[in-house]
Amino acid sequence: MHTFMTLSYMFAALLFILGVRRLRSPETARSGNSLAAIGMAIALGVTLLDQRIVSYWEILVGVAIGSVIGYVSAVRVPMTAMPQMVAAFNGVGGGAVAFIALAEFYQIHIGQVAGDRADVFFILAGILIGSVSFAGSAIAYVKLEELFLAGSVTFPYQKVANAGLLGAAVLLGINALAGGPLPLLSVWLVFLIALTLGVLLVIPIGGADMPIVISLLNAFTGLAAAMSGFLLSNEVLIIAGALVGASGTILTRLMSSSLGRPLNKIIFAGVGASPPAAAKKEEDEKPVNSVTPEDVAAVLNYDADSVIIVPGYGLAVAQAQTLAAELVEVLERKGKVVRFAIHPVAGRMPGHMNVLLAEADVPYDKLLDLEEINADFPETDAVIVVGANDVVNPAAKDPNLDSPISGMPVLDVESARRVIFIKRSLSPGFAGVDNPLFYQEKTMMLFADARQGLQDVIAALKESG
Amino acid sequence: MDQQLLLEIIIFVLAAVIGFELISRVPSLLHTPLMSATNAIHGIILVGALLVLGASESLLTTVLGMIAVIFATINVVGGFVVTNRMLEMFKREPQKKRRVRRVRRRV
Repeated sequence: MHTFMTLSYMFAALLFILGVRRLRSPETARSGNSLAAIGMAIALGVTLLDQRIVSYWEILVGVAIGSVIGYVSAVRVPMTAMPQMVAAFNGVGGGAVAFIALAEFYQIHIGQVAGDRADVFFILAGILIGSVSFAGSAIAYVKLEELFLAGSVTFPYQKVANAGLLGAAVLLGINALAGGPLPLLSVWLVFLIALTLGVLLVIPIGGADMPIVISLLNAFTGLAAAMSGFLLSNEVLIIAGALVGASGTILTRLMSSSLGRPLNKIIFAGVGASPPAAAKKEEDEKPVNSVTPEDVAAVLNYDADSVIIVPGYGLAVAQAQTLAAELVEVLERKGKVVRFAIHPVAGRMPGHMNVLLAEADVPYDKLLDLEEINADFPETDAVIVVGANDVVNPAAKDPNLDSPISGMPVLDVESARRVIFIKRSLSPGFAGVDNPLFYQEKTMMLFADARQGLQDVIAALKESG
Repeated sequence: MDQQLLLEIIIFVLAAVIGFELISRVPSLLHTPLMSATNAIHGIILVGALLVLGASESLLTTVLGMIAVIFATINVVGGFVVTNRMLEMFKREPQKKRRVRRVRRRV
């Protein structure tokens, strides 16, 4: 029986590896996900044969509750809220690791299960990493839902506090390892401290960097799962955990480099929030060129042969993807060349906007990414920015400005002949940085939500023939 | 160090190397789905949660195990379903094009 289980676990691990491999290309990605899911089903089915398992009723109840919650939330979540959903699923995974470790330590403590020093070490590692991931993901979720804690939350001596908490957790851990007094209390304290640490590590990080943080916490949960694997001497847990821990780390690095945001800057800087507040006041008084939909239609009709549309999160939130597609159609009928410029993090995460526009059936060949289209902006007559801000903010290129988006590659909208913003207000974007482009002479601001603005422009275009 | 643990560490290192090697060059288009899929895979922790809850003999471990099973199941089920939903978006494209072509031929 044991041989059969181990071989099945190995087969499941193999399916995970093949699944991740197929996820590297859009053609095979879907089958990759299915392969991984099959591997998961095999691993779980085989585990139920384990003779240590005696109470099946509880398992049935727990799995049923979890399945319903997981399935319903995954099916119901709108595509725009995908990043925080991933954060939530990651968090509960980390939480599971911590609770397993707590339960195992109690078993060892009351002498029901034999455990040596190594086991206690893996228990502590699982609690620490799992809880940081759990609490950190919860904060990431709250920030992305924009419930509270918006922007970067900092307080004095934050780094000292973090270091102190980590030190206390390590000391308590050593106490439990060395068989010192009150081991049970020590381990529970480590759990509480790790939760606090998870909160404190993520609150200073601004919203724009959140995808990278989620990816990092994803790697954390993988590593924590591997710790439980050592604890329970379970090979599939070790392999899958190590796989996710390693691939998650690399993915985090890929993401942060595609955003031009070095990882250490995100984690240790606690991005500066003070300069924009002071600078903002004077910006507010600068005049902007506020226009009507008819003005926009006139420019597009008579003064633009090539048009690039830059979609942003505002477009996705207003569910205006189909209207964007209609605008393309109307303009093309008038003989204009129209394309979309997709920033790598348009939306909230890498690839998010492609998913959203594909959902609205926007032709795939019209979507060009940053590298493909950036050189074309100087030869473009008009750029229509719909509900985007940070991804076209030239302030990111300013080396003298230390802002949360510094160094992020941006779409070079500034070099086009005209820029039309369809935006609800002058408010800065998700990263909280003001956009100097709003105040330039060639910029036209159409203050409307993405859906209303596009509707009005399309109507005006149709009216003018 | 006992033999079993040593073997497990070897397994861990080899699996980590595979993980590093797998994700070398991935188009940014797939970063989000890939994160979501690996997120679902660490739901494997459900294996551990099942072992804890299934073998539990005290109230405290039953409660802790139950929370762990519920959490881990959410991770697994939600993770795979959400990833599939994301990837479905990429798949619809060729079908649509085919449909358009067929209509044109009829015209």
